[in-house]
This record gives sequence, C-alpha cells and structure tokens, in this order.
Amino acid sequence: MNKLKLNQKIIQSSRQYAKKIAKDIQAFIDRHSTVSVERTVLRLLGIDGVDQFDVPIVNRMVDDVLEHGDIRKGISIYIASALNASQLSLDEFTKQYLNHQVSLLDNQLIEKDQVKEVLKPYVDTQLGIIKSNRKYRDNLLEKYGESKTELYVIVATGNIDEDVIQAKAAARAGADIVAVIRSTGQSLLDYVPYGKTTEGFGGTYATQENFRIMRKALDEVGQEEKRYIKLVNYASGLCMPEIAAMGALERLDVLLNDSMYGIIFRDINMKRTFIDQYFSRLINAYSGIIINTGEDNYLTTSDAVLEAHTVTASQFINEAFAIEAHLPEKLMGLGHAFEINPNVEDSFLLEIAHAQLARELFPNAPLKYMPPTKHINGNIFRAYQQNAMFNMVTTLTNQKIHLLGMMTEAIHTPFISDRYLAIKNAQMVQNSMKSLVDDISFKEDGFIQTRAKLVLDKAHELLKEIAEDGMFNTLAKGIFAETKRTETGGKGLSGVFEQSDDYMNVISDQLEAYFDEN
Amino acid sequence: MKIKPYGDTLNDGAVQVSFTLPIPLSAKAVQAAKEVAKSMGLTDPSVVHSEVAGDQFSFFVVYGAVKTSIDLDKIKVVELQKTSKTKKEIEQLIEEKLKRDIVFVGASTGTDAHTVGIDAIMNMKGFDGHYGLERYLGIKAINLGSQVSNEEFVRIAREEKADVLLVSQTVTQKEVHLKNLIELVELLESEGMRKDVLLIAGGARITHELAKELGYDAGFGPGSYAEDVASFAIEELIKRKGE
Repeated sequence: MNKLKLNQKIIQSSRQYAKKIAKDIQAFIDRHSTVSVERTVLRLLGIDGVDQFDVPIVNRMVDDVLEHGDIRKGISIYIASALNASQLSLDEFTKQYLNHQVSLLDNQLIEKDQVKEVLKPYVDTQLGIIKSNRKYRDNLLEKYGESKTELYVIVATGNIDEDVIQAKAAARAGADIVAVIRSTGQSLLDYVPYGKTTEGFGGTYATQENFRIMRKALDEVGQEEKRYIKLVNYASGLCMPEIAAMGALERLDVLLNDSMYGIIFRDINMKRTFIDQYFSRLINAYSGIIINTGEDNYLTTSDAVLEAHTVTASQFINEAFAIEAHLPEKLMGLGHAFEINPNVEDSFLLEIAHAQLARELFPNAPLKYMPPTKHINGNIFRAYQQNAMFNMVTTLTNQKIHLLGMMTEAIHTPFISDRYLAIKNAQMVQNSMKSLVDDISFKEDGFIQTRAKLVLDKAHELLKEIAEDGMFNTLAKGIFAETKRTETGGKGLSGVFEQSDDYMNVISDQLEAYFDEN
Repeated sequence: MKIKPYGDTLNDGAVQVSFTLPIPLSAKAVQAAKEVAKSMGLTDPSVVHSEVAGDQFSFFVVYGAVKTSIDLDKIKVVELQKTSKTKKEIEQLIEEKLKRDIVFVGASTGTDAHTVGIDAIMNMKGFDGHYGLERYLGIKAINLGSQVSNEEFVRIAREEKADVLLVSQTVTQKEVHLKNLIELVELLESEGMRKDVLLIAGGARITHELAKELGYDAGFGPGSYAEDVASFAIEELIKRKGE
C-alpha cells in the first residue's frame, strides 16, 4: 500500500532513530525494577487478595522487603526462600504470613537455581492459565472471524453491574469492543483495588473481579451474537504491569498501554513509567493482548495541525519500545485521532492525510483511531455530523480499532441512546462506503500527499533530535503535548530501584526464555 | 412579553425530545413513550420514530407542543456583561492600572480528567484562534492540569500568591462537579483565603448564575475564551483595588 508515495528512506531512517531512542532507555530499564514490577511477580505466582485493612497482600509483601530487606534482589528470591524454609505451599504461606506466623525475611536466602525450582510449579500454573486464555481467544476469533474495522465503545457508570447491562446492549447493537473506563484517579493509586465494585467516579475501578464479571458477560453476549466481543481496560498508571497480569489472567483483549502517557498526562515519574511499561508489555505480548497507545491525547492538548508530527514520532517510539518487549505488529494498537478544528478549511483532507499516513507507516498494526472531542460542543447535532466525518475517514483509510465518538461528548458520560446512535452512525458509513477505499487513489503531489509528506518529514526531524538529546531530556523540554517533565519529578519515583548483581525475576526470565525460543 | 417555543408558526410551542425506555420495543412501549411526553406537559405528542436500541431498550423521537407560555418580563438572570476586551487592551490595563504581574492558577479539580477546558483558556495556543492566558503580557498563568485535589489546588494558590483561581469542570457524572465546586469554596473560606482571590468556574455545564449561587465570583460556560475570562478578572481586580 503506497497511496501517499512516501519516501521509504525517510521511513527507514525514522525507524532507526526510534530504535536508538528505545535502546538507550532499554539499557536503563534492564538494570532497574519497581515495586509494581515486583508485585506483578507475586500476582503471577498466584497471590491475590487483601488483608484485614483492604491492603493487597502483594503490596504488603513487597513493602515488607522494601522496608526490612533488600528489594534490589527482587521479590522472587525472598518468596522462594520463605517457601523453602517453611516447606509450605504458597497458599498456606500467604495465610500464615497474614497471621504473622511466618516471615518473608528471616530466612536463609537460596541460590538462583533453587529459586527457579521452588517457584516453577506456581509459574507454570499461572502462565499456563494465560496460555490457555490466549488459545481460547484465538479459537473464537478463528471461528467467528473479525471485522475489518472494529467498533469500540466505552461504558463508564461506576457500577460494574450497570456496566454489564450497557455493555451487553452495546454489543447487541453492533459494538465489537467494549472498554470499561476506570474510576478517575485510579492511575495514581500505587495498588490495585480488590473485589467487585459498584461505586466509582467517571468510571469503574479496574479490579480483577470486575474484569472477570465483564468478561463473562461479553462471552455470553458474544455467543448469542456469534461474534467475539473484545474487552478493554487501562494499564497506564502506577500499576501498569499488575493490570497487565490481571488482564492476562482474565482474558482481556486490549489494554491501554503507552510508554509515555503516564509521564506526560498523569505526571508519573519517567523512570517508573519506562520500567513498568516494559514488563507490562512483555506480559501483554505473552498473553496476546493488543496494546493501545495514547498519541491521541497530544492533540487534545496541542494543536492538531501544528503538532501532527509529534503523533507520528511518538508512534515510531511506541513501536520501538513494543519491539523491545517482543510485541508483534498485530498487537501494536498505535493511537491517533481526528482532532482538527472542523472550521479549518480542508480539515477533512488533513485528517485523511494524517490517518492514511499512520496506516501506511504501520500497515500491519491494528491502529486505534480516536474520535473528535476537543472541538465538540453542546450542539449534539453538530457533534453527530463531526462523528460522521470521522467515521468516513476511518472507512476511507482502513483503520482497525475505531473508537466511536459520542454526540454528547462535551456534556456527560454517554447515555445508552448516545452509544446506540453512535454505532448506527458508524455502521451506515461503513456499509454505504464499504468499497470506496479500493477505488480511491490520491492525486500525485496533491494536497493529501503533500501534507502526509510534510508530517513525515517533521516527525523524522523530531526523532533525529530526540535520538541525539535522549528521551529524558526530550521530556524535560516539553516536546510532547507541551508538557515538561523531569527525571526526578512526578509520582512513583520512590518505588524505583536499581537491581543488585544477584537480582532475579522468575517471571521475566521465563517470558524472555519463551520469546527467545519462539 | 409572553413566548413559547417556535416550530414553524408563532406560538405553536413545538418541541422535540428523544429518550430511551428500559423496555423492549412494542406497541405498549410506543404508547408509554407518548405518556412520558404527556406527563412532561406536551400536547398532542407524536412518536415520530421508535427503534430497538439493544435488547432491553427502545429509543424514541417525539414531537409535541408546550401549552403554557413564558412571561419574559418576570425572568431575572444574573448576566455577565460580555464586553470582552482584546488581548492588547487587557495587557494595557494591567500595565497602567495594576502595575504588576497578575497570577492566574488554574486546574481541572477533583476527579475530572479532562483538561480541554482549562487548556483552552490557559495554554499558550488557546483555542480556535484565541490565544491563551499564558501568552498575555502581565499575566503569569499556572495550569496545574487535571485531577488536582482541592487541597493541592489551594496549597499551590497560596504558594504562588494567586490573584485569580480558575476551576474547570468539563465532564461530570451524577452531578459530582457541583459537590466538588462547593467543597473548594468551603476550603478557601476555612483557610481564610476566599476574599483574597477571584474565584472563577468554567465548564460545559457552568453558567454565571450557577457559579454565583455556589459562591464563585463568576462562571463561564461553553464558547468562552481567554479574553472573556481575563477581561472579567482584570476589570474586577481594578475595581477591587479602587475600593
């Protein structure tokens, strides 16, 4: 596909710069870990649940080592040594640990080989569950097939039971993907809430139990509709890898997982985010979960015409980080958005140029295309028209994950009818314009080709600059979304630590071994 | 003067409404939709469209007419005088009358994660061709972004010696934005800071009247730009300085 007649040399060079950027950061990542990474290890050994004060057990254990042990060795060694000394099963040990009958710390630390051996049955069990989840999904997708463009809607009632009702209604109306928006502020919690929840603000807490409830509901409606309905949640935040692990265990299909979103938009420390995103993506890769990156957010803050190249540059960087974490292209849901002011002359052509550019740069990626939000106002009729234009661009440029715009975007979380009308809007466009994309070619050196070329050139320049400056400096300069972040600023830095020489992470060792073989 | 909604004839009172009922579509559901319209006081409601919206829901578009007319003379609203000055005029006023930098601290407070509104007013580029406060000479604009707690907001306002506080509430659910706005006023009062700052609310569901009711100095709804907010704030500061 080369409708834009893009210069392949510029594309290759952009990828080289992005690779250098990611490799520089990866060298840092490989020497560090975080409390969230360590908690994830415990989750993937099978530890779940909370203590009497609702503190997750994984937090209790990691904090215990952080305060009284040497967390730089990693949690794997401590838990394995404790099991070895007590000769208890993990379940039994956890129970006794909560009752203060056994200690995680006062044990002879065992050698790496022994750690691996002691934890093997637990690692095998949990990774086995994830593997069978992946197989189950693959089978259903094979059986039912997938739409060329998948309609993605959001539910956000705060109450998981109410979410289920709305999600089922949306799936029956034609939605292929359902996301449960998280309760706002959850991304800044340094723990994952536990159990079923029926109260939240602007969304519903991401908990493993809520994942399970929604998964079951979507499987039910999928069976009736003879379609596989994908479930989405959000990993970005202070608990990225933990949510990736929970999502893998409960067969989520898509996770919002951006290498920089937390840094820029949630003021989470950059070191913390880069380390966490790597481990979370490693888990995503193993579990076959599509990541969705957050480039669209740049355009809600910055001007969508002037800053279009930052989206492209960030897509290249997210791709490079994804490659480091063994994610195949088919799991790279790189993001972009339809956010140009519709009053700008030829804005529709600009949108086509940007969307087609993303499509051609990442031909095998399930691109996530976000609807207009910034220039939507309370005039719901105008908004409906904007969304129709957005739907057309998706159809004309073959986007894959199509997040539906709501005509009440600027007013409230969607009513059930808003969501329904949005689905019907998209379906009409998809159906009536189905084959138009095959009949379209762009005029040589015309408006669209020229615009795409310009954006790519600017992205290439920017990537060159970042590769020279380094990612940390770039974020400090506020290149993305005009937001400046420093290396030592932001939330979560205290949870970052350098690995000791004898550091061990049984899960990442196992996953890396798997990817080396496959 | 008495008025009614205008469809295509004066005083026809024509309105359109659309809604969903939590029952499957049936003749009974259509009748129920009609009854809903009647209970709203609409005469001759006509359900012009109905369809299944998911399994257990039905969607309706209904037209009808309102019976009663509204007496315009009896309506009193607190209206912000929209005599917006230009960026240049505002900068000039600051220089001549206030003779110092004016500090605006803004945030999307509480659980609201949307910064579209506060960014449009404060950030350099502004919105729709209207530059944001950051670009104004004589204005120090500090945009704290989203999900800022009221406590944090007040703390930074104090640190920065803020003259004007801008609070944005973009998307709301179950009226949580009201609770949040009220909390901020109470917090400022208990900290003894309320009288030292101009407190301004903005957002899709904010009106000047609502803001005044909640104890704010002003409220700006949809379609407001940086110069609207700055005009009000600077004129008010000059007024207060004179007192």
